[in-house]
Amino acid sequence: MTDNIRIDHRIISGIISSGAKVLDLGCGAGDLLFLLVGEKNAKVQGIELNEQSIYKCVEKGLSVFHSDVDSGLPEYPDKSFDFVILNQSLQETHRVEFVLNEALRVGKKVIVGVPNFAHYRSRSQLFFRGRAPVTPSLPYGWHNSPNLHFLSITDFADYCKAHGINVEQTFFTAGNNTVKFWPNMLATAGIFVISR
Amino acid sequence: MTVKSVGTVETQFYEYAQHPHELKLECGKKLGPVTLAYETYGTLNKERSNAVLVLHALSMDAHAAGFHKGDKNPGWWDALIGPGKALDTGKYFVICSNVIGGCKGSTGPSSINPKTGKPYGLEFPIITISDMVLAQKHLVDHLGIKKLLCVVGGSMGGMQVLEWVRSYPDCVRSAIPIATALKHSPQQIGFDEVGRQAVMADPAWNKGDYYGKETPERGLAIARMIGHITYMSDKSMEQKFSRRLVEKNYSFSFETDFEVEGYLRYRSDSFVKRFDANSYLYITKAMDYFDLSGGKLIPSGKMIDVRFLVIAFKSDWLYPSYQSQEIVRYLKIYGLDATYCEINSTYGHDAFLLEINEEAHLIKHFLDKTYLGYDVARKHD
Repeated sequence: MTDNIRIDHRIISGIISSGAKVLDLGCGAGDLLFLLVGEKNAKVQGIELNEQSIYKCVEKGLSVFHSDVDSGLPEYPDKSFDFVILNQSLQETHRVEFVLNEALRVGKKVIVGVPNFAHYRSRSQLFFRGRAPVTPSLPYGWHNSPNLHFLSITDFADYCKAHGINVEQTFFTAGNNTVKFWPNMLATAGIFVISR
Repeated sequence: MTVKSVGTVETQFYEYAQHPHELKLECGKKLGPVTLAYETYGTLNKERSNAVLVLHALSMDAHAAGFHKGDKNPGWWDALIGPGKALDTGKYFVICSNVIGGCKGSTGPSSINPKTGKPYGLEFPIITISDMVLAQKHLVDHLGIKKLLCVVGGSMGGMQVLEWVRSYPDCVRSAIPIATALKHSPQQIGFDEVGRQAVMADPAWNKGDYYGKETPERGLAIARMIGHITYMSDKSMEQKFSRRLVEKNYSFSFETDFEVEGYLRYRSDSFVKRFDANSYLYITKAMDYFDLSGGKLIPSGKMIDVRFLVIAFKSDWLYPSYQSQEIVRYLKIYGLDATYCEINSTYGHDAFLLEINEEAHLIKHFLDKTYLGYDVARKHD
């Protein structure tokens, strides 16, 4: 049912055009891809590192490649996908710049969802408590976090600007709501539609 | 007998390729007449669209599931084939075909050469994986199946799966190559060659002419011992044997001290009773010749529509996962639908026979979705 769909999945499904070819890097259990097949008749495939997630994808009938994304996408020709998705996975990769360049190479458009480490709750924990933030959107302690890179919405926008990447659309969320005002302070996550 | 078994089964034999319709082999020679041993489980549906072809590894046979009359042990993939299992015989018509060159009821070096009235021995032509598949294609035609729902197999069975796709892409709807490779690496060829040299170094081998006489059991047993080591992993051997002793103390002789020695001797001694040394030479050579790398799997310009599930195992060092990944990357280049999973297992190459739960889970869901149609995620949730 529509009600149970995560807001970031809802936003991304809104971006994807009907019948599009989609590659999801770090597709997890395949919930988003499954949604895109159902709602957009998209031709989808995923790459995922977690073995248990692979089983869940196969249960859904999805085509998935058990691999990390840090080794790149040499098997995919340039612009072979309408959309490449990196939702909440870019900050977990070792080679961010390389992965992003690969995504921009094989995808006509890339949808990047990043957590916002500059959300006011994180800021206040860092500022007032003097501790690395642990929040509902960043639930991990410093010692067990899968996140290798800590960035804000403004950081990602700056990165795109500095690297000649076009930002075509942006969406910001906090919990299950969208955020329109002062996203770098009030949003817990940002979704960027970018291209090169 | 458990409820989930296909029950009592019998191996069947398809005889064909009588003169002048002999099989034309890759080496240029002809082979005929040909007998191919096979078993079937389940029922072929009216549309003939539910046939799954199971292909076996080096030393196995057509007896993949159920029990032969009087046998205590079921076929080699019984955990996967049967009512309600991954290859559900309530839904699918499962065929397991033996290979030519073998010694399990199909024509091989121990069969009678019609020209001489004696066993072929080294007169038997060199066969390849492609020849094995050619022989199987005749069987599938004979069974009246135009398109197989799936071709599945591990190790050398996986090579046959890939060869089926290369030779008859229009006859295969989906393919599941497991713990296999596009080509044998020098390491794999090396191990095979050591096995062959062990057989040929046995004086009883007598240039392949030993039928009705003393057989090269020692040579074949050594070949099998090496094989067994390569099928396990360092960790699985540690878990299975560690340094445990057969007796309390060292014998200070060359008797069997360690359990691992006893195991290798016991397993190889039982192997030589059920396998022909010449077949071992022919089949390992066929595997070494196998090479579908460099664009040979999918002929250029050919549009093929085959769904793939490629499975590897983490501790398999004989067919390391990078070889399976190579298959997948290659399929992706051609835009084919391919799923890849590296199952976490400590069993080594043997995992495709032992790590059943995960393997069965993947195969079951992949096959179900394939059977129901390609756009499954949408239609069949």
